[in-house]
Amino acid sequence: MSAAGDIGRRLGSIPVVRRTLAVLLVATVVAVVGPALSPHTAIDADFDRILEPPSLSGGHWFGTDQLGRDLFVRTLEGLRTTLLVAVVSSAVSLVIGVAYGLVAGFAGGRLDAVMMRFVDALYALPFIFFVILLMVVFERSFLLIFIAIGAVNWLDMARIVRGQTLSLKQRDFVAAAKLVGVPTPRILLRHIAPNLLGVVLVYLTLTIPQVILVESFLSFLGLGVQAPATSLGTLVAGGVGPLESAPWVLLLPSAVLFVVLLCFNFLGDGLRDAVDVRLGRRDTP
Amino acid sequence: MLAFTLRRLLAAIPTLFLVVLGAFLLVRAAPGGPFDEERVLPAELEANLLAAYHLDEPLPTQFLRYVGGVLTGDFGPSYGYRDYTVGQLIAQAFPLSLMIGGLAMLLALALGISAGAVAALRPNTALDRGVMALSMTGISIPVFVIAPLLVLAFGVSLDWLPVGWSGSGGISRLVLPVVALALPQVAHIARLTRAGLIEVLESDYIRTARAQGLPTSTLLLVHAARPALVPVLSYLGPAIAGILTGSVVIEQVFGIPGLGQFFVNGALNRDYTLVLGIVVFYATLIVLLNLAVDILYATLDPRIRLT
Amino acid sequence: MSLLEVDALTVRYGADAVVDDLSFALEPGEALGLVGESGSGKSQTALAVMGLLPATAAVGGSIRFAGTDLRGLGRKAMNRLRSVSLAIVFQDPSLALNPYLTIGRQLTAILHAHDLARGPDALARAEAALADVGLPDPRRQLAAYPHELSGGMRQRVMIAAALLGKPDLLIADEPTTALDVTVQAQILELLDRLRDHTSLLLITHDLGVIAGHCERMLVMESGRLVESGSTATVFRAPEHAATQALIGAATDLAVDSPPAGDSDFLMSADALSVGYPAGRSQRLAAVRELSLALRRGETLAVVGESGSGKTSVARALCGLVAPAGGSVVFAGKRLGATLAERDLGLKRRIQLVFQDPAGSLSPGMKVAEIVAEPLRVHEPGLAREEVRRRVEAALADVGLGPEYLGRYPHELSGGQAQRTAIARALVLRPELLVCDEAVAALDGSVRARLLARLKAVQANTGLGILFIAHDLAVVRQIAHRVAVMYLGRIVEAGETDAVFGNPRHPYTRALIDAVPVPDPLRPAGRNSLSGEIPSPLAPPSGCAFHPRCRWSEPRCVAGRPALERIGGEPRRVACWRAEDPELVTTPG
Repeated sequence: MSAAGDIGRRLGSIPVVRRTLAVLLVATVVAVVGPALSPHTAIDADFDRILEPPSLSGGHWFGTDQLGRDLFVRTLEGLRTTLLVAVVSSAVSLVIGVAYGLVAGFAGGRLDAVMMRFVDALYALPFIFFVILLMVVFERSFLLIFIAIGAVNWLDMARIVRGQTLSLKQRDFVAAAKLVGVPTPRILLRHIAPNLLGVVLVYLTLTIPQVILVESFLSFLGLGVQAPATSLGTLVAGGVGPLESAPWVLLLPSAVLFVVLLCFNFLGDGLRDAVDVRLGRRDTP
Repeated sequence: MLAFTLRRLLAAIPTLFLVVLGAFLLVRAAPGGPFDEERVLPAELEANLLAAYHLDEPLPTQFLRYVGGVLTGDFGPSYGYRDYTVGQLIAQAFPLSLMIGGLAMLLALALGISAGAVAALRPNTALDRGVMALSMTGISIPVFVIAPLLVLAFGVSLDWLPVGWSGSGGISRLVLPVVALALPQVAHIARLTRAGLIEVLESDYIRTARAQGLPTSTLLLVHAARPALVPVLSYLGPAIAGILTGSVVIEQVFGIPGLGQFFVNGALNRDYTLVLGIVVFYATLIVLLNLAVDILYATLDPRIRLT
Repeated sequence: MSLLEVDALTVRYGADAVVDDLSFALEPGEALGLVGESGSGKSQTALAVMGLLPATAAVGGSIRFAGTDLRGLGRKAMNRLRSVSLAIVFQDPSLALNPYLTIGRQLTAILHAHDLARGPDALARAEAALADVGLPDPRRQLAAYPHELSGGMRQRVMIAAALLGKPDLLIADEPTTALDVTVQAQILELLDRLRDHTSLLLITHDLGVIAGHCERMLVMESGRLVESGSTATVFRAPEHAATQALIGAATDLAVDSPPAGDSDFLMSADALSVGYPAGRSQRLAAVRELSLALRRGETLAVVGESGSGKTSVARALCGLVAPAGGSVVFAGKRLGATLAERDLGLKRRIQLVFQDPAGSLSPGMKVAEIVAEPLRVHEPGLAREEVRRRVEAALADVGLGPEYLGRYPHELSGGQAQRTAIARALVLRPELLVCDEAVAALDGSVRARLLARLKAVQANTGLGILFIAHDLAVVRQIAHRVAVMYLGRIVEAGETDAVFGNPRHPYTRALIDAVPVPDPLRPAGRNSLSGEIPSPLAPPSGCAFHPRCRWSEPRCVAGRPALERIGGEPRRVACWRAEDPELVTTPG
């Protein structure tokens, strides 16, 4: 699709987008492949070497934790969990949000009003408490986490897509297409969807760090993924205890989490600028 | 204005009803009852207990009883803290959470708006770039990372401030929790203020005001302040939610006996009435605060009519 | 000493010089016109004089005001001159007023800033200033917000604000471009009346505005001054091609004779009504029982101010809104109310060109795809080469070469985008083309070329054109017949020459009087109309025009005159006094 290609080309020309994408790509590859290449595993405790400080020569690059587990491998495992939750939960919120927004925006009228009233009502809810409730009430599993977090974060997407669809629907170029007799599916596909692509991409990118935050927040409280699985939030929580004697147990996983969030935030900003340019407000000379 | 407020209050009722219903059903759907963990009770005794807590009634009746109680401020007894009602626990814990959250919010507004405004007035200078880099950092560090980091830096390494709640801390023990809670919101508000003010300063009506020879102070305070703050105002709702969420972690890290602490403990101990009560309480609070934001919004922007 | 002396002024953004070596002087008390098409650098000149250029602009040359070098002044010194010595009125009053502050607050801020008045004094002066610019109930307006005022009222407030400090020089940058023609006449008259001893630099693209109000004029093109002199001389003997084009665009009144009379109507609307829901229980009646008819090969113009309902007529005929009542017959068959009720074959026969050229083209599609889309829908079997050939031919018809095929809409100028839109509309060879303000957003010379293209296509194909417009000069250039709308009804309809040469409805008369005539020897655009068009939500009783009509009588309030033929002419007029000789001869 030409619009997608256009956005892609424009993105490629933004240094910050290129750089953050490169960092995220490397992080993903290392997180997926790294643990298998390491001599250590994430769960093997070694009580002779607890809270060993980071060193390149000692074999534990990030040091060890209270149980003598290799922190480097644990961090990679945590990163993998975090990225997995981020991708799947964002996809969940993407699907719900886009579908909901498209239907409301394109249908318009009463259906739209009712659907948006519902979203407004949901906005007023302390969602995080509901997620915690869900985590407590039901047996925690990855599936539940994906769904719970994704279901919390679709509201923004739905609103944006709905607003954009509504305004696109009333644009002259859609009227022109209708006038010629272009069938509705083709109007949606050729005239509306390509123009939604940009904002959806932007909001998807902005959703990912939010999702990561929610997941690591839950894990920090001990309400997220369950051992032996680990996530960056779990690792940060584990670092609070030995804070004074072994600060690296807190600092290194925190730094990784920070870099990932920073990359997604930069990416979101870069994407938003690119899309704003393309949707261009050109009415001012 | 009054009619608008009343109408919005009425509109909030179905929302709150849904919240209570959803939370109630979730809790009731939980596997295991509140007394499961104790040694096996004689059937008769258990029946008595269930009857005492009205757990032997059909679900709709229980729900109506609960809603009726909530309306009169009665959230029922706590299963976990046997000698307290949920209402008492909330009344005891909430003021502390409110103080910390309120202070954090004020700090976030004051710092965020000032930083954002300073950056917007000198766009693309080193100052602007510095503020923006800091706020980008701020939105990328979760509260639960900031809190231990602050403890490490100011409590442990520098030993300037107390890190825990217990013992004699006085006012100074508030500093770290409030700052940790506020920092991410400072970053968000600074970004919004900067973007809003830059857009306003480029608007035609500011150009008009400049052409009229108004001094910079008038330009900013009379002409630009209100429109530039509109995006910040619309962020207040999410900011409140963010501070509520953050308070759960902060109270955990600093050991503050606030509502968030009770909530997490209640959740981990399966103290369902407490958890349910806190969710309902927070939902009501958020709905009311959002209503206040809406009213503020309308007073700020004359084009929004309060109907 | 001249009041304003601009010497070798240059404004650059990067490598582009938007103002290039511009020199001129303005004498005390003088009204000087600065004319040019968009992008000619005239607004940048105004901003340079006011010291309002953005920091990215590189400025060279000197600007002296009453002997003082403005460019050498600091920000505070410049601020002291603004409002008190120099003031400016911008183009769009809906953007130039702060929507968050009351009118009173915005006016008193000026008085406070320049220490002209304080407290109740300031309020009293602000109120007096609003009264001076003809705002009804000025005391109440002090507490009003800009969105509560109409466009014309807002521009009056802007003028009041600009004159509040009694400046020596007033710069008016396209002060009437965003306004309706009758309001434009009122504002120009106001500027003339109020400026008193204040010098005026009037910036516009519309020569007609200059002709009536400025003694001397400058013409700019691409940042350069290309012609200057007394208005009379420049109009009589324009030397530069740009001036000739501007004058030509404004005066070319050649109207072809309409096609032979009694052929069947291509399209006719009978008692057409269009309404929109407005608010909870109200309904806005945009078009009320309107009837009109169009022959093949004929251009019928529908004219009126904003709010007259002319765009609703266009949208209803095209099926974009469902009419609330009435019927439309096209080529002998009754048309479905909405597009959904019209079959595909019919859709290729009626096409629409929108006002906003950029907005009517899908931003993600190339010109080739945009123009080819109708062919794909209606002739799906067409070979690729044939599609390409037809697309190129359609583009050639509107004067676009094949080099545009690969362009995206945002890579086109306004004129190119509108030509693309017309090519898309014409690629299926429709029988009826509805143009909704299709040239309103374009510069004069571009507009003239586009109208010529449309005429050529019409001559070749017998296309019927329904031309919706507010600009009477444009209508004169293209329309065989014209219908004048006011608040949803036609008040006068007939042959263009007859209606414009000898208007019989007071509203038509006022519209024509209000048009600034690009001829300094003829009286300037006069304002025979007071007030502005009322809201269609609450139209006046009887003849809707009566509150603004100087010939209004009790019967006009009580009853509504029907649209009827007068004196054996083919023209129809809705006025009791249509044949009253006094109405025709009395100057407005």
